[in-house]
Amino acid sequence: MGEWVCIIGPNGAGKSSLLKAIAGINSSTGDLDVDDVNLRELSHRDRACWLAYVAQEPIMPAGMKVFDYVLLGRTAHLKMLASESDLDIEVAHSAINELGLEAFLDRDVASLSGGERQRVAIARALTQASPIVLLDEPTTALDVGYQQEVLELIDRLCKENKIAVITTMHDLTIAGLYPDEIILLHKGSIHDKGKPEKVLTRENISTIYGANIEIVISNGTLAVIPVRLKS
Amino acid sequence: MRTAMATAVPRWVWLATVVAVLVTLVLAICIGAVYITPADIWSTIAAQIFGDKHGENNAYSTIIWQLRLPRVLLAFLVGSILASAGCAYQGVFRNPLADPYLLGVSAGAGLGATLVIAYAGTTRDIYLPVAAFGGAIAAVSITYLLGRSAISGRSSTALILAGVAVASVLTAAQTLVQQQNTDVLREVYTWILGRLSTSGWSELLIIAPYILLCSVVLLQYRRVLDVFSVGDDEAQTMGLPVAQARGAIIVAASLGTAAAVSFTGLIGFVGIIVPHILRLVVGSSYRILLPLSMFYGGIFLVLADILARTVLAPQEIPIGVVTALLGAPFFLFVLGSRRSGSIT
Repeated sequence: MGEWVCIIGPNGAGKSSLLKAIAGINSSTGDLDVDDVNLRELSHRDRACWLAYVAQEPIMPAGMKVFDYVLLGRTAHLKMLASESDLDIEVAHSAINELGLEAFLDRDVASLSGGERQRVAIARALTQASPIVLLDEPTTALDVGYQQEVLELIDRLCKENKIAVITTMHDLTIAGLYPDEIILLHKGSIHDKGKPEKVLTRENISTIYGANIEIVISNGTLAVIPVRLKS
Repeated sequence: MRTAMATAVPRWVWLATVVAVLVTLVLAICIGAVYITPADIWSTIAAQIFGDKHGENNAYSTIIWQLRLPRVLLAFLVGSILASAGCAYQGVFRNPLADPYLLGVSAGAGLGATLVIAYAGTTRDIYLPVAAFGGAIAAVSITYLLGRSAISGRSSTALILAGVAVASVLTAAQTLVQQQNTDVLREVYTWILGRLSTSGWSELLIIAPYILLCSVVLLQYRRVLDVFSVGDDEAQTMGLPVAQARGAIIVAASLGTAAAVSFTGLIGFVGIIVPHILRLVVGSSYRILLPLSMFYGGIFLVLADILARTVLAPQEIPIGVVTALLGAPFFLFVLGSRRSGSIT
């Protein structure tokens, strides 16, 4: 536990579909075993105690306050018609503190910027208190500063809170920067997997993405640099 | 550090709501062909309750007990369930245009009522509410079964489309019956526009249990409606059994609506306008919207009914016409004064 696995692959390779299948949104075949528990056999609620999921662009219901939104993460721990206990309120507060969202408690979630939305959605996933968190393209809609902020945050949660994180990602340099392990998908099946430096090779990327790139390692950081085709 | 709590209806709002309900009810009992002062209402009601016959006015007693009170309470209950059912539908379908008639309740009830008015002859008064209720329930059931089987119960769009299809078929059938029996056209039309005239307490006592039961059930789901607002996919990954919860909410909202329309016809606009006005004023959390819709839906319909029976007295304006004439401009006014507010 405490590992960050990243699913990469060209458009249409099935990154998001795989993540949604794991989350139980898409129907799928096969088993999903965690600690000898087959999550596919669990009810929605029991499964939600294992897995939290944040969509690529989470729906932010206009008019809902940040605190109420984060508190919705406790759904799996409540009977369907129950209201939240003091413990639930406390868990939501600690997730909010963890992500530095104290100043946003009363803000309308729909009025937040892209980076803030992503943090609020992650706070909701943390409130769910599941050991595994799935994030679909957590940085796609963000510019570079917010990207870094969100990625550092996910990394910290992963390492400090011992949460297993599974993300999809299309930015290969970021994929090389943070995750512990990478799964490269091609047309719906796994082409390669392993440490970033093993998977992110010139050969893999030119075959799968059809791209002409250069892998540069500077100061221990791996970067994927596109190279112009010389005529 | 400040500790936030889950959103709930603030105490002062409850207080204001209770006052508004009382003022509206008293006003509605005062106003009519004979004006009765609040003091007379009190002494008449006290006479009835405490058996104190001193100072009792028989004429007032009849007007209040047999005419106004049952009608006012009927208006309140019907307005209440229409607004809360509309509110619940809007939440469960994440669709601001949803109203309690979305899944075919109106078309089903309309067909049932038209059949009885056209063919039942002298027994029509007995069978009209039963047929309207049965038609409404049948229509929603067909919609639900069709919509569910089309998409294994998860997408709400299929349900709404099934509702459109079922409503078209039933409305076509109703139009055909109506066209074959032009002599009852006026009566059918009166029913469709809705009316709140009662014959004493019997209607009220028949539909009140349904409406109260459905209201209690819907209230229990107010937090679940907030979970629906993040979308079906994420609601499911958060542990909500989406199809099951949606089914329960639809059953409660439809049953309550069917009970309401069985006696009062198709009163439009309450179910869509009241929740939206509240949304603009108090925000969009269903923990607040749903309970307040119940009270303000009732208040709205009681006020509309006062106008319906006084403006052109002794003639009555169809209540559905008043709700639209009154509701739409008021809604636009609130919308205009709250530009930053959100509708969805």
